[in-house]
Amino acid sequence: MDVSPALPGRRAAERRIGRSRASVDFDTVSESSDASTGRISRAEVAHLARLARLAVSEDELDLFAGQLDVILGAVARVGEVAADDIPPTSHAVPMTNVFRADEVRPPLPREAVLAAAPDVEDNKFRVPRILTDEA
Amino acid sequence: MSDLTRLSASEIAGLVASGAASAVEVAQAHLDRIEAVDSALHAFLHVDTEGALDAARAVDKQRANGDALGQLAGVPLAMKDVVVTKDLPTTAGSKILEGWRPPYDATITRRIKQAGIVMLGKTNMDEFAMGSSTENSAFGPTHNPWDLNRIPGGSSGGSSAAVAGYQAPLAIGTDTGGSIRQPAAVTGIVGHKPTYGGVSRYGLIAFSSSLDQAGPFARTVFDAALLHEVIGGHDECDSTSIGAPTPPIVAAAREGARGDLSGVRVGVVRELGGEGYQPGVLASFQAAVETLRGLGAEVIEVSCPHFEYALPAYYLIAPSECSSNLARFDAVRYGLRVGDDGANSLEDVMSLTREAGFGPEVKRRVMIGTYALSSGYYDAYYGQAQKVRTLIARDFATAFEKTDVLVAPTTPFVAFDIGERAADPMAMYVNDLCTLPASLAGTPAISVPCGLSEGLPVGLQVMAPALADDRCYRVAAAFEAATEPVLAAIPELSG
Repeated sequence: MDVSPALPGRRAAERRIGRSRASVDFDTVSESSDASTGRISRAEVAHLARLARLAVSEDELDLFAGQLDVILGAVARVGEVAADDIPPTSHAVPMTNVFRADEVRPPLPREAVLAAAPDVEDNKFRVPRILTDEA
Repeated sequence: MSDLTRLSASEIAGLVASGAASAVEVAQAHLDRIEAVDSALHAFLHVDTEGALDAARAVDKQRANGDALGQLAGVPLAMKDVVVTKDLPTTAGSKILEGWRPPYDATITRRIKQAGIVMLGKTNMDEFAMGSSTENSAFGPTHNPWDLNRIPGGSSGGSSAAVAGYQAPLAIGTDTGGSIRQPAAVTGIVGHKPTYGGVSRYGLIAFSSSLDQAGPFARTVFDAALLHEVIGGHDECDSTSIGAPTPPIVAAAREGARGDLSGVRVGVVRELGGEGYQPGVLASFQAAVETLRGLGAEVIEVSCPHFEYALPAYYLIAPSECSSNLARFDAVRYGLRVGDDGANSLEDVMSLTREAGFGPEVKRRVMIGTYALSSGYYDAYYGQAQKVRTLIARDFATAFEKTDVLVAPTTPFVAFDIGERAADPMAMYVNDLCTLPASLAGTPAISVPCGLSEGLPVGLQVMAPALADDRCYRVAAAFEAATEPVLAAIPELSG
């Protein structure tokens, strides 16, 4: 699959939105959005894609802006329910933290794990460069 | 000998145990069936011919040695490709995992192997289990054996098609919002979503961790109970696994098959029916309720007013959890890596890889989840959805004060045409209307065939309180015993 056309769009979105990653902050892009109706702009999709590490193409920005707008509008219906005094449920069945004995167990063999890696060097995962000139 | 692929799992196990058929013969008959029809169905992403025959030979050897055999020893099974299998390709229907061979077995894989069940291969699915039609697979759709132009349900559509298409008598599916029950309904087979925590999630590629639950597909309720018993029970590798033993589901299926539901209170959920449901589906459902009444059940109408918010709550909670879970696909430790040309940064490579490796539905959900979890939106979306989840659980609790089980159609409509809803995400999401409440409440629910509409299968959903999976099996088995087998009407696939 040819993904190279995606980069300019993503980079353009980054320029518009800035590179802050300390926290997820929608204030910079949400002027046109309204949580109660789920309105979402093309720039907002670009920002979401950047946060989610998706190098979406220009065509996808158009497609997803329309679709996410409809979906967010539909799911915003949860706001119709009066639930101020209702506690949230994260798991349906009550859960408590589970402890187990602190015992040494054999891990997966190193070669079995590295065999699945996209790139390996010196018995380790090899990754692309992390630091950039921009930093 | 009659065609081995037409037998139930328990019949096959009986033949293997008695020596009337070898496990190798059984496995070969199913592998031949797959060879003959899978070009039409595309139920499988990977067929493990050698592994299946090796497992079958091991069962035959155990029997020859006089060793005790498991209740399903020698019975073939199709495994959904979201369950990791050591050294066997596991993709979850995604290009990002194409070619990956996991270094370990999921707990349910290990239990299936230990039971002497013969794994035939890995079945097709919506990418990362996100979908209701199996059209979201990166490797092409699966076709419904009832009508090859139609969807087999999803996300476990490869597993449902394999069982309905006589490629395997048993299959494993996973159900996050209905992905076992809905495919079972639209292919005319049985599928059960266990109580959340009843079956280990260790080794299931995670979609929505507070909802994901693996469970059985089979052509009979009793077979489904036998498979559930093999995979169920506590697992220390899953911290959300329930400590209590699996409820007596096999006994409940036997009890139900006697056809007496005297004293059982069946609640019909008012909110799951009416406008938007196909008339044929509603007619089949009404007839099913009358059948239950005829078996001695007391039928009560109940109201669950918050069920109408299950769909919006689910389509916030599941995407939120998936946006977090799918962060692990970072092009570092396993799977695809794209754009690593020495110039691109790690972040660029991650973004290019995820762009190339994920399909559109996965991207949509990851972005919806990212949005719903963001500061400023969290309370209005994710937080509110979790409160709705509480209200849905309370609706169930209130309904179960005066009923033993609740019933509803499993799906609002029968299998639709491939492509019919693919372009409209919301049109796809309404497939899950009837299955979502039990997902959000973590309660068990089974789908059992209850007739035909427009010549296509309709499912009856039986829901029970948490940890009372046995009630689902009892009522479903009684219903099954009182009705003609739906699958008998399936057209013959040309081989």
